[in-house]
Amino acid sequence: MSEAQTSRPLEADFDTIPKLLLRNAKRFADRPACRVKDLGIWQTFTWSEVRDQVRDLSIGLHSLGIERGQTIAIAGDNLPRLYWTFTATQALGAIPVPVYQDSVADEMAYVLEHAGVTVAVVENQEQVDKLLSISDQVPLLQHIVYSDPRGLVKYDHTHLHSYEALQKLGAEQAAANAQLDDWWLGEINATTGDDTSVMLYTSGTTGRPKGVILSGTNFVRTAANANRFDKLNETDEIIAYLPMAWVGDHIFSYAQAFEAGFCVACPESPSTAVSDRREIGPTFFFAPPRLFEAQLTDIQVRMQDAGWFKRMMFDNCLKIAKRCGEKILEGRFVNPYDRLMYFFGNILVYGPLRNQLGFSRLRVGYTAGEAIGPEIFSFYRSLGINLKQLYGQTEASVYVTMQPDGEIYPDTVGKPAPEVEIEIADNGEVMFRSPGVFKEYYKNPEGTAETKTPDGWVHSGDAGFIDGRGHLVIIDRAKDVGKLNDGSVFAPKYIENKLKFYPEIGEAVVVGDGRDYAGAMINIDMNSVSSWAERNNVIYASYQELADHPEVYEMIRRRIVEMNVDLAKEDRMKGSQIKRFLVLHKELDADDGELTRTLKIRRAFVADRYGPFIESLYDGSARAQISTEMTFEDGRKGIIEGDVRVEDVSAPANVPVQEAAE
Amino acid sequence: MNVMVTDPVQQGADDGRISDEVILKVDNISLSFGGVKAIQNVSFDVKRGEVRAIIGPNGAGKTSMLNCINGFYHPQQGTITYKGTARKQMKPHIAATQGIARTFQNVALFRGMSTLDNIMSGRTLKMKANLFWQMLRTGPAENEEIEHRKFVEKIIDFLEIQDIRRTPVGRLPYGLQKRVELGRALTMEPTLLLLDEPMAGMNLEEKRDMSRFIIDANEQLGTTVALIEHDMGVVMDLSDRVLVLDHGQMIADGTPDEVQANQAVIDAYLGVAHE
Repeated sequence: MSEAQTSRPLEADFDTIPKLLLRNAKRFADRPACRVKDLGIWQTFTWSEVRDQVRDLSIGLHSLGIERGQTIAIAGDNLPRLYWTFTATQALGAIPVPVYQDSVADEMAYVLEHAGVTVAVVENQEQVDKLLSISDQVPLLQHIVYSDPRGLVKYDHTHLHSYEALQKLGAEQAAANAQLDDWWLGEINATTGDDTSVMLYTSGTTGRPKGVILSGTNFVRTAANANRFDKLNETDEIIAYLPMAWVGDHIFSYAQAFEAGFCVACPESPSTAVSDRREIGPTFFFAPPRLFEAQLTDIQVRMQDAGWFKRMMFDNCLKIAKRCGEKILEGRFVNPYDRLMYFFGNILVYGPLRNQLGFSRLRVGYTAGEAIGPEIFSFYRSLGINLKQLYGQTEASVYVTMQPDGEIYPDTVGKPAPEVEIEIADNGEVMFRSPGVFKEYYKNPEGTAETKTPDGWVHSGDAGFIDGRGHLVIIDRAKDVGKLNDGSVFAPKYIENKLKFYPEIGEAVVVGDGRDYAGAMINIDMNSVSSWAERNNVIYASYQELADHPEVYEMIRRRIVEMNVDLAKEDRMKGSQIKRFLVLHKELDADDGELTRTLKIRRAFVADRYGPFIESLYDGSARAQISTEMTFEDGRKGIIEGDVRVEDVSAPANVPVQEAAE
Repeated sequence: MNVMVTDPVQQGADDGRISDEVILKVDNISLSFGGVKAIQNVSFDVKRGEVRAIIGPNGAGKTSMLNCINGFYHPQQGTITYKGTARKQMKPHIAATQGIARTFQNVALFRGMSTLDNIMSGRTLKMKANLFWQMLRTGPAENEEIEHRKFVEKIIDFLEIQDIRRTPVGRLPYGLQKRVELGRALTMEPTLLLLDEPMAGMNLEEKRDMSRFIIDANEQLGTTVALIEHDMGVVMDLSDRVLVLDHGQMIADGTPDEVQANQAVIDAYLGVAHE
């Protein structure tokens, strides 16, 4: 780490992203800056080409009246053009505000209105239509720029512009007036690292989203530290598929790419992201635990359909990997026999599997956001994939803690990242301070004062502790940690995560604060359970029907018993064993407000909507009814009636640990 | 001030899409199989750029009509005038080389081949390199293949099926197979596209997607479309003019509104007894 730092010092001159662009256009002129798959072929742009693209777009945006300090909304899937819009906006000293492309019209209207957006740059007709439908709620919005002209030809183009035309206009103006280039460079140099670089709206588990203001220095310093931590440089490559409005994507596939000069590849469409990843073979990768879980489930399901020979080979090789794979990855001692077997396993199974997953060239992969199942985590690592965990927040420009190579423990999120200080408050809340800490919440001084102390410490809102090895362990959201009536600690997310590690359980909501015992509402994992149903000739027509199937209930009950047995071993948590459960009649969904856009449970909302269900977990009734309002993606509403069975878990409360039933 | 409220142009409005040129004219067509009179004295025309629907109850002769147009059936009477040339009967290869493409009521794809190869097969008629070069896959055949592939990729992009490019079509759900079939027809760069129940057996979402693609093909690629469809909502929304057949006879022809108000059509659909 110190070696890497001396070889590539922090560069104080380049304190904003546009300045890094100018640096890269000189230093890495002919190296690839980004790729996008168009008509089935990867198209590559070099750093010097990107500079020209960004300049032309900047001038084009300026001609729409964009000035220093104004805000521009950006919505769409990951496209080079939209990333360039970030830089072009920042070059003018204006502020990009990315919006989740799948947010419903209302959510989008709130953000656009709150941020005072005057121009929106979007991907396609879908987003244009959405913006037109909310235009009376966003009075400041003057112009919409779209990238894909499909279906938009006949729209009134008074306030609608194609990206191409706007950029061409900029190019023509620059060609006609040589001073424009100097003017543009002047605008870039007039922006300092302290100026606002971007405004990111956090999805927020409670209330309306908050606009987090982050500066150029926040991003450049954090990105530089992260790049040095994992020794990322211009030869690396990443595939950008995470939502652009999320801080993670903004740092991994934007700030870090600009700082190190590595190449960002954009998939052809969201549905091809997996096959595109395989073609690109990223060297640096981030995915939420959900994706790793889904991938593992997919591998398992497909192996069950494979022939006996392949299955035998797969099972045996995985056994070897489980025994020694992680040790080999970490360079620890492994006996020569195992090493030899791992070598063959690598040729027969691990290598092809890594290739299938698109991880052949991967040097470092991260996961964060939720806890990842220890088995899942170890599975990937044992295949030779350097998967690590980090802990981050929008308010910190992501990185708070990271796992250093060689110090990987599934239950921790690592040590403080470079230049980050961490303290645990008296109530158990994690607090941090770093160069990445946000400036403030936009138009929300009370919110800022609540979260950030005057000397720069941020309340993370998460409860956790530093363990004996100096690693941070996160238990739950600080405000969600409660107590059962017998006084024992109740950390719902901790239990939910344990439940979700079982492949059959997709989502779980555990309740128990202020109650006698813990109860659970379960969402089955459609992928895994439907595959089970197919193999066992269980016939069903919908999620609802499958969820209500007695054998599914039995399966879930067995899993809960297993988890209870597991919990009973932990002193702090053994009081939270689940005594009653039900399987929900519908999947929890962000469109219905039950999850955030980053797919975290909104507890208060769920508790309110499913109140009768929660009561039934405690009043001993065998069934519970509810009617739920559904919002479709186009904004229409419908009612779905729910009628579920509630069942007891024959809980082995404190019985000696027994072998879990299978 | 609210400057952003603009109405997108609605389908069916006079937007300069449709020209006065009659691209296909069918005069007094009659077709019978032994004693079964499938089509009796039907005449209608299709103008360049329009979406023309043919509707009618089961056994009305709709598919037979499409089969006559692309030369699969040979009518006993009447003439078919396509692009100014009148013929007693159409021949399939003439129909294909002159720009008539079609999809089928029951998907007719090569199930073992990938989406890409299936759509590529739509370009066969446009390939000029001889067998020798094609076997070697070099020289003129290679250049030609690159050109065709480029076009096919545009269609794949147009239909948003990039993710199934390499998937054998036999493994695809029915709705997607229909989309692939539309893709194969579109790669022929047809002047006239015949769609036989493009939405049969689809769910609401798939129907919505398919309608979108038909509108886009019509508006953006300028393809004239003649389609058979049972979903009345779809027909009334998509088409400029509707021809109604019942028992092989034409009972109405006009705009969707006119047809909907026509008593003979209502009777045919509600099942008034035929004498």
